[in-house]
Amino acid sequence: MSANMVALAYLVASVFFILALKGLSSPESARRGNLFGMVGMAIAVATTLTLTQNWLLILGCIAVGGTIGAIVAQRVQMTAMPELVAFMHSLVGLAAVFIAIAAINNPVSFGLPAILPAGSKLELFLGTFIGAMTWSGSVIAFLKLSGRMSGTPIVFSGQHILNLLLAIAMVGFGLWFFFSETTNWTAFIAMTAIAFVLGFLIIIPIGGADMPVVISMLNSYSGWAAAGIGFSLGNPMLIIAGSLVGSSGAILSYIMCKAMNRPFLSVILGGFGSDGGAIVSTDGAQKTHRSGSAEDAAFLMGNADSVIIIPGYGLAVARAQHAVKELAEVLHKKGVNVRFAIHPVAGRMPGHMNVLLAEAEIPYEQVQEMEEINSDFSNTDVVLVLGANDVVNPAANVPGSPIYGMPILDAHKARTVMVVKRSMAVGYAGLDNDLFYMDKTMMIFGDAKKVVEHMVKAL
Amino acid sequence: MIGEIDPVIINLTVFVLAVFVGYHVVWNVTPALHTPLMSVTNAISGIILVGAMLAAGPTETDWGVWLGAVAVTLAAINVFGGFLVSQRMLEMFKRKDKKGNA
Repeated sequence: MSANMVALAYLVASVFFILALKGLSSPESARRGNLFGMVGMAIAVATTLTLTQNWLLILGCIAVGGTIGAIVAQRVQMTAMPELVAFMHSLVGLAAVFIAIAAINNPVSFGLPAILPAGSKLELFLGTFIGAMTWSGSVIAFLKLSGRMSGTPIVFSGQHILNLLLAIAMVGFGLWFFFSETTNWTAFIAMTAIAFVLGFLIIIPIGGADMPVVISMLNSYSGWAAAGIGFSLGNPMLIIAGSLVGSSGAILSYIMCKAMNRPFLSVILGGFGSDGGAIVSTDGAQKTHRSGSAEDAAFLMGNADSVIIIPGYGLAVARAQHAVKELAEVLHKKGVNVRFAIHPVAGRMPGHMNVLLAEAEIPYEQVQEMEEINSDFSNTDVVLVLGANDVVNPAANVPGSPIYGMPILDAHKARTVMVVKRSMAVGYAGLDNDLFYMDKTMMIFGDAKKVVEHMVKAL
Repeated sequence: MIGEIDPVIINLTVFVLAVFVGYHVVWNVTPALHTPLMSVTNAISGIILVGAMLAAGPTETDWGVWLGAVAVTLAAINVFGGFLVSQRMLEMFKRKDKKGNA
């Protein structure tokens, strides 16, 4: 194939990638969008194959990797999606580092001059350090999300100074590599090693609650790493695909930060989101709450006209999605208008709760986002809060509160509020929730799954 | 005139425009599909497979080729895993009206 034909085929593939993301604007077109993505990738791979010689080796490796990928995709639990995504980010990062090393070793095979020009060196430097940080950062995120490592932030004094010094050292070695006449492996390896350590250090102080931000951020990094390699190889398709991914991850990080009312910088600097946070009580007075049984709750819901269910991650932890679906169905049959209200950070990654509810076969038409449903709470008879806490805390409307300004679901505006929780313990923000002490609130203590199953039975 | 422009500038042009396209397309993605968005973008960042194939491409095998081969395997996990898990998730977002067909 001529170079022009290759470039045109790459252009077609890039357009397919854009169409893939465009398809995700609605659930109806999403599957077609995903198909477009696959077509684009097939075109890209087939075209690249004509530029290479080791077909057997390459196709063999694709077959091995493809099989592993297919098996993982088949087996993964929907609750484990954040781990899977973190794991896959790490692979992109590591692949980027390997490609950069191979390119420095043998530039000619990439169509680069045998003596690397300064521009290519700079691009390889960028691609490598973003890739290396993506790899080690994602590995830590994976370990934290899968519970193999505690979600508690690891902080020590001088952490920011250490990170800063390492970053300066990394740039220093990068410059040395950049200005060396020949290939300076020492500088390159030192730079890469520091980037690996930095990726590790910037993720360990970030707590479990901030994981939705971290995972979106690493998503973004993995895209920029691909774009960086695209610059090094002078391949516009890699640049386009990488930038699409990079901006997507950046937008998701922004949405997550906004939903948690946390400045992006403070998430990155870390230390928040420990589950051992001090309990900030608004006053010393002993507050009283009303508790009830699942049967009482079922009775109230059965006689209501409208019910909004607010699921939190506690629901997924208790594996109560299917029980909730039954509850919604039973209520629906009784003529109750049942809807689900999703806070953007209800799960452990953006949109996670929507997938968990879809898996339980809850029709997505019943599932509404915060902005869509918030004005309806005041005309709603019963709100059922399942395993959520901070996202329904009215303290967010009180100036001076640590979570002041955080967007919440206005559960407190409903006529009756029912909260299913294991205990009165505080949420991630370490704050007491006034919603639990309101006169119209009934607390139902117990495991979300068992409570919901009791409700279904009572109905 | 085109011949005189440094390819880096042309790549930069492509990059900036692609970021704009990405920005506008992604804001249109419905929040309910943000998790599939992430897995699809994961698969798309597997495009790095193309770079890995070039690294594994030359016939004179040295260690760079083997490194490329490992990168091909890693990127292929991403491509296949990403697209297939997205497909699995998106199947769940089908309308449940006609239960007989499901």
